[in-house]
Amino acid sequence: MSDVLILNGRLVDPASGVDSQRDLLLRSGRVAAVEAPGALKDAKAKKTIDASGMIVAPGFVDVHVHLREPGQTYKESIATGTAAAAAGGFTTVVAMPNTVPVNDSVAGLEWMLDAARGACVKLFAMPAATFGSKGEEITDFHELARAGAVGFTDDGKPVLHDDVMRQALVAAGGIGVPVSQHAEDTRLTGGCSMNAGPVAFRLGLRGMPVAAEAGIVERDIRLLRDIERVDRLRPHLHVQHVSTAKAMDLIRAAKADGLHVTCEVAPHHFTLTDNAIGDYNTNAKMNPPLRAETDRLAMIAGLIDGTVDCIATDHAPHALFEKEQEFERAPNGITGLETALGLALRVLHKGHGMPFSQLIELMSAQPARAISLEGRGTLKVGSFADVVVFDPAAEWAYDVAKTRSKSRNSPFDGAPMLGRVAFTLSEGRVVFQN
Amino acid sequence: MHSGHGATKSFGYAAGSLLAVVDLPVIETATILADADRLDRLDDDSKLKVLARRRIALLFYESSTRTRTSFELAAKQLGAITTLVSDKSSSIEKGESLKDTGLTLRALGAECIVLRHLSSGAPYLLARSTGLPVLNAGDGMHEHPSQALLDLRTILARVPNVNAKRIDEKTLAGVTVVIAGDILHSRVARSNALLLPKLGARVLLCGPKELLPEYALELGQGVEIERDFDKALKQAQVAMMLRIQRERLAGLELNLDDYIARYQLNYVRLAANAPHALVMHPGPMIRGLEIDDEVADGPNSAIEEQVRHGVAVRMALLARALGVVDFESVIA
Repeated sequence: MSDVLILNGRLVDPASGVDSQRDLLLRSGRVAAVEAPGALKDAKAKKTIDASGMIVAPGFVDVHVHLREPGQTYKESIATGTAAAAAGGFTTVVAMPNTVPVNDSVAGLEWMLDAARGACVKLFAMPAATFGSKGEEITDFHELARAGAVGFTDDGKPVLHDDVMRQALVAAGGIGVPVSQHAEDTRLTGGCSMNAGPVAFRLGLRGMPVAAEAGIVERDIRLLRDIERVDRLRPHLHVQHVSTAKAMDLIRAAKADGLHVTCEVAPHHFTLTDNAIGDYNTNAKMNPPLRAETDRLAMIAGLIDGTVDCIATDHAPHALFEKEQEFERAPNGITGLETALGLALRVLHKGHGMPFSQLIELMSAQPARAISLEGRGTLKVGSFADVVVFDPAAEWAYDVAKTRSKSRNSPFDGAPMLGRVAFTLSEGRVVFQN
Repeated sequence: MHSGHGATKSFGYAAGSLLAVVDLPVIETATILADADRLDRLDDDSKLKVLARRRIALLFYESSTRTRTSFELAAKQLGAITTLVSDKSSSIEKGESLKDTGLTLRALGAECIVLRHLSSGAPYLLARSTGLPVLNAGDGMHEHPSQALLDLRTILARVPNVNAKRIDEKTLAGVTVVIAGDILHSRVARSNALLLPKLGARVLLCGPKELLPEYALELGQGVEIERDFDKALKQAQVAMMLRIQRERLAGLELNLDDYIARYQLNYVRLAANAPHALVMHPGPMIRGLEIDDEVADGPNSAIEEQVRHGVAVRMALLARALGVVDFESVIA
């Protein structure tokens, strides 16, 4: 008997509109019962979790993580990356394709998704949109989708050429999966290592202009419009890690026009500005970069008004020796799976009054919907028993020395967090317990 | 203001480091200048005792004439043992990281590292990695603190009606310093624009938009932009010229004829707008581009004097880095 009872918690399941005291019974990896307090008092289970004072929510879904396997397992592996995910309350992660080699084939995708890799939460992947992520020739979307691809992306790089992006949107639109775009016009960002602005000027670093992000978003939206009109398709564009107010405005307008656009925002972009770079802290270097305060506030506004579909971490582990380099030479990216909830609750809930249900929706139901996952991102009866139990009032400080990730490149070492994961269950198995 | 959100951990740097002027208090500036005067006045034999047999490494990842020679002469005049490591002819060519290079120098007994590097912020990394006092001898487009200090010493020596004996927030009150040219790529411009206003100077930055973004105004109080060079010069007691840094233009194309017409400091322009202004240039000069021969070699020019002040200022910085403050007792 593998049954698990979760008793006395406050169930927040936005997909089913529930926000009240509920007890849950998990059986055979699925949600078997969701009942009012006391109704399950006769149920027997191998394990009982007392969730008094806790929120019980669908396990979080992160549509954007870098697990570095194959090829760079000194930074992270699928096993360690998913362990960090579990510690952060995530039960589903989507691996980006910029591994070595690039995940652009069915064989590569199947290898990555194989149980032998040791993922402790549900792993999906977005293979490359173009071979080698070179931006030239699109991969075999049909075969890759059959093998489980939940979208296509050249993340880390944009699909820059108009005609290639158009082809990708048409091909993905025919299958019903998104093209997930890293919106950066790399013709404008050569040699740049942070956001363009007064901080970059003072630090003597070349800055990425807002236009580099907004220009690609604008172009992609134009392509969507054109494809809807000419090809009579309804392609889905997913804009990764939006970081500028300008791009947010473009996405808001495109959604108002009824185009199928979704987007994500990373916790660091709603928490920090480029001031966090301080004395050239390479753990505050990522792409897109930390932006200005107006941009940070625009991310929060977009999260609150519904322009943003999901919070995604862009978890990007790098080894210490790689980050201990000159700022311009150090690689882009920070880890983020373990700090996402603590930052979201502190900045969005406590700082900006976002209700728990909306915050949880941004981390579960909506990302699940963005990649059309069935039975995840909700705790309706019959769904996968992917559950996070957390104390929303716990105040603590992140200690990167205790991370489950192989890497420690977080700008949030020692930073205050609000809300702490107590249990994470993936298909009914406890994969993290604090 | 955002450290509360993000908590970037602050690092400690060894006392005596000079990584940037941005956080150099006025009182420290005053001490460095006073030390430069005191060291300058010592006779040669006494100077040799100040840092006798102390070990200083000069780590240069970028070519340099003035700064390198000046640091080296300053160290040698104070009796220190110096070693020069450059990116060519060292293990840096084999791919050794800055951190490991610094640790190697430390293991060899270096007590202080003078670093010139092409990447902004590199001195912070070296100071964090080694725990040694690090003197920034120019990092990328960021800062060149010793240059700004020697420029300040030159201004104090040459600009009339300035009380060079009393260094405080008002020492340069009423003095307008025009810095003209390729501000964007200039670490000298940044350090001067950050240092001189702390002593009350008004800094007028001058240059085309491509080389002087509006962001520059946010360097701080006392910094303004005047794109019309003639108008700027009319207000100037000091005109500091900068070369166009071709090696950092990164594809940016400039019309040089137009640039010369607008921003070259030539005899006609100087005579018409600022006949009494002190003319400075951190070097290297590109004669015929940002400055003409008559001005560079003329009576207003303090360009060679700047170089001479460099040795005294760097002696003071090296003594400070090695914790030697009481010169009189050292030489007794």
